[in-house]
Amino acid sequence: MVSYVVLILFIAMAGYLVRFVYKEADTYKNDARNGKRMKQLEDKFLRGDIMAADETVLATTSVTEDGGERRFYPMGQTFAHVVGYTGRGTTGIEGMANSYLQDSHTNPALRIVEALRGIKSSADSVITTLDVGLQETAYSALSGHSGAIVVMEPGTGKVLTMVSRPGFDPNTLEEDWEVLTSESNTSSNLVNRATQGLYTPGSTFKVFTALEFLREYPYAYNDYSFSCDNKYEAGEYAIKCAHGVSHGNVDLSEAFAESCNGAFADIGQKLDFSDFMQTCEDAGFNTSLKTRVPLAKNRFVLDNNDSLWDVLQTSIGQGETQLTPMYNAMVASAVANGGTMMNPYVIDRVLSKYRERVASFGPSRLMTIMTKEEARILKEYMDACVAYGTGDDAAGEGYHAYGKTGSAQTRSDKETNAWFIGWAEDSRDPERKVAVSIVVEEGGSGGSVAAPIAKKLFEEWRSRDLSEEEYGSDMPEEETADDEVVG
Amino acid sequence: MTNLVLEYSRYLMLLIVLLYSILNLYGLRSVDVRWQNRLSRHQMFLLFLLHTLGYLIIYLKTSEIRMVAFYGIQLAVFFLYYVSFGFLYRHGSRLLIGNTLTLIVLGLMMQTRLDFEYAMRQFVFVCAGLILTLLIPVVIRYMHILAKWGWVYAIVGIGALVAVWVVGNTTYGAQLSISIGGFALQPSEFVKILFVFMTASMLQRSTSFRNVVIVTAIAAVHVLVLVASTDLGSALVYFVSYLFMLFVATHQPLYMAAGFGAGSAAAVGAYFLFSHVRVRVMMWKDPFFDYDNKSRQIAQSMFAISTGGWLGSGFYQGMPKLISLVRNDFVFAAICEELGVIFAICIIIIYLGFVLQMIWVSTWMNELFYKIVGFGLAVMFGFQVFLHIGGVTKMIPCTGITLPLISYGGSSVLTTLIMIGIIQGLHLMKEKEARVSDGYEGDYEEEYEEREYSRRRLPEEEYGRRRRAEEAEEDFDFYEEERPAGRRRRKNMDQR
Repeated sequence: MVSYVVLILFIAMAGYLVRFVYKEADTYKNDARNGKRMKQLEDKFLRGDIMAADETVLATTSVTEDGGERRFYPMGQTFAHVVGYTGRGTTGIEGMANSYLQDSHTNPALRIVEALRGIKSSADSVITTLDVGLQETAYSALSGHSGAIVVMEPGTGKVLTMVSRPGFDPNTLEEDWEVLTSESNTSSNLVNRATQGLYTPGSTFKVFTALEFLREYPYAYNDYSFSCDNKYEAGEYAIKCAHGVSHGNVDLSEAFAESCNGAFADIGQKLDFSDFMQTCEDAGFNTSLKTRVPLAKNRFVLDNNDSLWDVLQTSIGQGETQLTPMYNAMVASAVANGGTMMNPYVIDRVLSKYRERVASFGPSRLMTIMTKEEARILKEYMDACVAYGTGDDAAGEGYHAYGKTGSAQTRSDKETNAWFIGWAEDSRDPERKVAVSIVVEEGGSGGSVAAPIAKKLFEEWRSRDLSEEEYGSDMPEEETADDEVVG
Repeated sequence: MTNLVLEYSRYLMLLIVLLYSILNLYGLRSVDVRWQNRLSRHQMFLLFLLHTLGYLIIYLKTSEIRMVAFYGIQLAVFFLYYVSFGFLYRHGSRLLIGNTLTLIVLGLMMQTRLDFEYAMRQFVFVCAGLILTLLIPVVIRYMHILAKWGWVYAIVGIGALVAVWVVGNTTYGAQLSISIGGFALQPSEFVKILFVFMTASMLQRSTSFRNVVIVTAIAAVHVLVLVASTDLGSALVYFVSYLFMLFVATHQPLYMAAGFGAGSAAAVGAYFLFSHVRVRVMMWKDPFFDYDNKSRQIAQSMFAISTGGWLGSGFYQGMPKLISLVRNDFVFAAICEELGVIFAICIIIIYLGFVLQMIWVSTWMNELFYKIVGFGLAVMFGFQVFLHIGGVTKMIPCTGITLPLISYGGSSVLTTLIMIGIIQGLHLMKEKEARVSDGYEGDYEEEYEEREYSRRRLPEEEYGRRRRAEEAEEDFDFYEEERPAGRRRRKNMDQR
């Protein structure tokens, strides 16, 4: 009997170790606090390359004439944040894929040959999902502003573009480090705003307010009407619609499309706060999302003790609610994808020096944030927003766009942050979709600043030849994604 | 070239230890000592390779000649020990001795790699302990009076534990050691053995309910004193081994169930009473909850294991020193990091074989006293391994306990070697019993070797004929003398 107890305990220990290496080890290994050990590994191989989806080199290590090694980023500032840097800690893909970029999975026999010939072997290369054309478009569209842009495929979670400005030049990071990190520099160049920047969502949050309204009034939401005369008064407070516009009599769809603050403040008061909280938390607020691209934690605060002012503010996306641009892209994607939020990813596959496949990462479902029916209704509203509402500047030739604008007030003496979230369907193939999330700090109104940027991105995306994009080979992957949703 | 040796040494070391542990499991197939002892020679060859490779790497990394000298001395001592053990105890278990040496060698390799000074000190204790293992079997065999001193063990044991509690130095939050003549002794280690002897001695007298209550009370005093001096790891080891000893003595599952119930309740109580218990549990739940201070150690341990991966970073090529207390409480993490998780699993297998052998030796003891002693020591040893490895890998909350024979710690090494000496003594008694009950006072091994010798010399047919004749004769003796008990026993053992 005692022997069996011992046997079971010891097998459990071995089993636990195996499970640990199999499941958890990668998370620990790539933790920033494990930098010292990883740094040591680095010296064994030449750090691997990082490439865009079309294998344009984004980061590579070259050996200088004096035998030193130098990390070089051919695309410079354009991909600075998403690719990240190494040396002063690791960030971005350099950080996420660190263990691959430092280790080689080539045949051990080939490694002996290399060692005997005195060649330092290269570590594995990482192929990302990033699209060079879209990234460049997004980067130049933000010029002169601070802000962030994320472009992703709704059905797969593939991140095509991730831009954050102001940026930095990764090639001269060593020299610029002092200036970039000095206290007098308040523009936080090194922060990737797309994933770590917490922004007030402004009117883009009305997606959630509308969703909650649909849930609480499933039979009555269609009959909702509100009479807007620019200024909505509740108690001692007043909520105004932007630009001094009066929307007149609006239903829910029109209120959403025209981004009528009065109507949504009114709706906010009709909601059950704990249900609203639940809806938002189920959708990923106030929790650490298990995304493959690490995101800052979104925040949503609302409870029955809140003052009327807080309630009004929260329902129109002001107040204490905060989210990351990446998350907002995921929300737009989820609506486009029938309520299913895909787990975003930038690392597509890892290849060894001799192009053997070391690892590959396909689409995976993160969670379902709304039902198909709810997604369909919100889609109608977002359609209306681009068709005749505030987002009409996003509309263009050859594609059908859906969206929601936002102009988030952060300080009363500054311009608002301009937001646009939405997606476009290719008119040649409605199943081909792309979602965007754009925030321009102090840009002004979302409709006039962010929506045109969306249009540029949609057009760039639409300009691709379907065959050129290896569209056919992407299809099965999308199908597997759908399977997962069903299962 | 050096790089190539370093790069491929990890595969080579892994191969050696894999072979070793497979042989080890294979050796447990049979309880036939002769057969095991022959197996042990192969194992010793593998150990020699591993030892040499390990110190070759150490030398390549440090280029210090004293490492080579240290290796040479170790090799000489271990060789001498192995040979003299075989000479003194012809029927001793060389499998047990081989495993002991393997664990010691692994320990010394790791300690040398971590800190040469400490490795030297460890080696002194190892030598002392090895000498003890040569003497103890005789003591066990001839001093049957050992079984009668129950109260003496209890008084000395509790006295020592209380002394530590009262005057002990505080080491890392737990009062563990007491300085005698410059040496920091850890009485909780040595008292383990007294505790097992106390329990065995008291329970063999009677297993009446009244007596069980008395013994349990004495055991509880031990455990409570340990808890009071915040040495929770040892308290757990004492507690669990007591439960198993009680079970072996009484065959009463109810006691076991009650014991585990009480133990669980006490654990919950400790969680709410002691803040340091809560801290341990929190570290277990989230190794990053207080990274800059308390939980850095366990977090670094996880980093080490995960960075090492299956194959490890290679011996002497990792950074185990980033983990505080790595040489005693976290040595297993260093092994995982540098030698790899597969290697670490092989070590678990070696420990498993070790414990199973201890248990099986005890199973065959006739006298209840020795049986309880054997089981008690085996469970202590096994559970300590479990607490250490489980704690380091975050499978269970970390209790801060040494890994027997590998971790640095004089008291720990000495105690473990004494335990092994006792088990060896039991083993010898068992062999003796088996021989006596077979009615054969001669020497199995000698006989075997004679037979082998003649088989080689005589032609096949002639040998076969003689052998059959001998066997017929043996069987004849067997029936005539009517001693089926011993013979059947022997057969059973072979089947195990």
